[in-house]
Amino acid sequence: MADEIKQEAPKNFKVTIDNITIEVTPGTSILNAARQIGGDVTPPAMCYYSSLKGSGGKCRSCLVEVSAGSAADPRPMPKLVASCRTNVMDGMVIKNMTSDRVKDARAGVVEFLLLNHPLDCPVCDQAGECHLQDLGYEHGKEGTRYEFKRRTFEKEDIGPYIQLHMNRCILCYRCTFVADQITNQRVHGVLDRGDHSEISTYISKAIDNDFSGNMIDVCPVGALTDKTFRFKNRVWFTKPVDAHRDCDKCCGKVTLWNRGDDVLRVTSRKNEWGEVQQFDGKPGWICNECRFDKKHINDWTIEGPTQISRHSVISQGHYLGLQKPKETVAEVMGGRSPKLLMDIHDISDVNTVDLSALPGPATGANFEKKEQQ
Amino acid sequence: MGRKLLLDKAHIENIRLYDVYRQHGGYKSVEKALKTMSPDQVTDEVKKSGLRGRGGAGFPTGMKWSFLAKPEGVPRYLVVNADESEPGTFKDRYLMEFIPHLLIEGMITSSYALGAKRSYIYIRGEYAWIVAILEQAIQEAKNNGWLGKNILGTGYDLEIYVQRGAGAYICGEETALLESLEGKRGNPRIKPPFPAVKGLWDCPTVVNNVETIAAVVPIINDGGEEYAKIGIGKSTGTKLISACGNIKKPGVYEIDMMISVEEFLYSDEYCGGIANGKKLKACIPGGSSVPILPANLLLKTAKGETRMMTYESLADGGFATGSMMGSGGFIVLDDSQCVVKHTYTLARFYRHESCGQCSPCREGTGWMEKILLKIENGKGSKSDIDLLWDIQRKIEGNTICPLGDAAAWPVAAAIRHFRDEFEWHIDFPAECLVKNYGLGHYADPLPVIAAV
Repeated sequence: MADEIKQEAPKNFKVTIDNITIEVTPGTSILNAARQIGGDVTPPAMCYYSSLKGSGGKCRSCLVEVSAGSAADPRPMPKLVASCRTNVMDGMVIKNMTSDRVKDARAGVVEFLLLNHPLDCPVCDQAGECHLQDLGYEHGKEGTRYEFKRRTFEKEDIGPYIQLHMNRCILCYRCTFVADQITNQRVHGVLDRGDHSEISTYISKAIDNDFSGNMIDVCPVGALTDKTFRFKNRVWFTKPVDAHRDCDKCCGKVTLWNRGDDVLRVTSRKNEWGEVQQFDGKPGWICNECRFDKKHINDWTIEGPTQISRHSVISQGHYLGLQKPKETVAEVMGGRSPKLLMDIHDISDVNTVDLSALPGPATGANFEKKEQQ
Repeated sequence: MGRKLLLDKAHIENIRLYDVYRQHGGYKSVEKALKTMSPDQVTDEVKKSGLRGRGGAGFPTGMKWSFLAKPEGVPRYLVVNADESEPGTFKDRYLMEFIPHLLIEGMITSSYALGAKRSYIYIRGEYAWIVAILEQAIQEAKNNGWLGKNILGTGYDLEIYVQRGAGAYICGEETALLESLEGKRGNPRIKPPFPAVKGLWDCPTVVNNVETIAAVVPIINDGGEEYAKIGIGKSTGTKLISACGNIKKPGVYEIDMMISVEEFLYSDEYCGGIANGKKLKACIPGGSSVPILPANLLLKTAKGETRMMTYESLADGGFATGSMMGSGGFIVLDDSQCVVKHTYTLARFYRHESCGQCSPCREGTGWMEKILLKIENGKGSKSDIDLLWDIQRKIEGNTICPLGDAAAWPVAAAIRHFRDEFEWHIDFPAECLVKNYGLGHYADPLPVIAAV
């Protein structure tokens, strides 16, 4: 009797990914099952975003090989499948990093994604937290075989807070899903088709609603960036701390990206997959007021340093366990102390200007020495 | 003289008008189906007929219909795919222009079999004048009691609507078509779920080609078994072939699938041979997406058998030495044609028509086009050919919808069979701008492998 009841309970599916077996609930996608295992087994995802319904399937970087469809029908699937949009079956056997076909196809996808993507990481604000950088580093080939001009777009202004740089877009469609699912009205979408399709508004409208800033958070590349943070700092020089405030529009739980006591940028909190964290089962989207207007340290209650993966370049700017190097100048110079030829602060206000208080990107004029009375 | 089932009355004057069509036995299949058959019996007849989808993939229609989910209280839809955009294919246009009532008649019978109360014709935007023809036909059918409420007193209701596309090849892909029909951007959906479970407005939907639906009429009139007697093996019935290119008589021909490619190409009843006394160099037997075949592989299979105009025989040898029936766009190239330029033209088409949703197709099609243009202009290098091969290999099978495959196959087949022509373009960059490679050895008899 007891056995019968046990059998009636919803049965978990047993799946094997790269020879690691795990039990997951029915209806889980291959990607999410792999995320439960974690590590190298997890396929990369550029367009899938677990909090956005309908996302995924487009970038093809999460392709995996299914070498056995299920326990009932163990035939392999002929094509590689997008793991983010394929649900597991009981007894499914999946090959990710153990399959040469997958590695080959994924290197191809990386090459395709980088084909028209400008390689201007040194001047791109996303550098350091760019998923395409990570993807290229982990799964791509060293060089490109593309010898033609890259596709470019006209610059378009989509409002005071968000900078759209269409050249860098990989058309993951995440930002359109954000606008569809968490704002009242979507005013932007994809225009045209093929390699000349672009994210845009119709026609040159500003995107104006309380949650539009979340488009920046979901963008995996530097196509949508924060105008209030643009060019103010490299992300690895900033120190991320978790903070919160009482907000009547959103959850108010954010990550502050500080330099000293200056709040340079506010973003939603991200999990280990680069997606917005869930609070009480709901994604922690934040409102534009929290993101763009609350740029003073006193607006926030600091909770503590943000956990950053030690593989990320951002973690090198972390201040936990920071040790100041020993001063060796005097030792090297035989006891003499160095002579100051010129103090930069005599002629410039560099390092003393509050970058977060500037209305836009900093220019040379911002650092010009103001005459002291 | 082959048997004609669809176009046998196409020559009759004013057959596009209801009165003439009815006088010549039109709407008999609707009477037969609605009055004497149950929906499942109609589906069974179609199953028995062995009818295969005429849009390109050749999936058995009866099986597709039986896959349709039938939950209680959820409407079901029949959508006719009239978005005929494949270069080289123009059979549906002929059918809808000259005998629109045949399509309407087939739709009523099919909708009855599927239990659809509303059916749609999604027509290509460029076929603007055909919309008027179809709407007139629908109005006439309605006036005569074949559409609307309580058709023929059987209690079955049906409305047919015509929806124009906005000019995108991708909307011929069934899920992109449904998206477009719903009023959204025509991006293909990620399958599963298939349209038979979640199609138009998330309801079970069957999407069929115009010719497939039209073929239901003779199947119901004569019976499925009678229909299955025409043709060879699993290629049953008649097929419309739109022949074009360097032939004496381009046009739409209805063939019973029992003739050889050679007969179709050279007999006076059909294409009438190569025009202007030139020689056959190559042929794309099923619309631009299918692999191109050189003359020697077109007329005979690699095994030395005569190639027939059937689904199986055209696909004989797989992609290595065969091609596909596809949608029946028979494009013939004579010895004055340049395969490199031809492949470039196709690549340009697919670059332009890629929806841009998934990255291999969006980026890869443009890349292939640029390399092909380079080779065509005599600026290529030998490594470009290998690069092309690698690109098409990485597109094929890795995309959401078959457009990626359709873009990759012509390039792959051109390199597979015509590599020396590509190499000639690279070795003689000045010459390739002013003259053609010509016939080469593409019509030479295939080497016979000695029996061991």
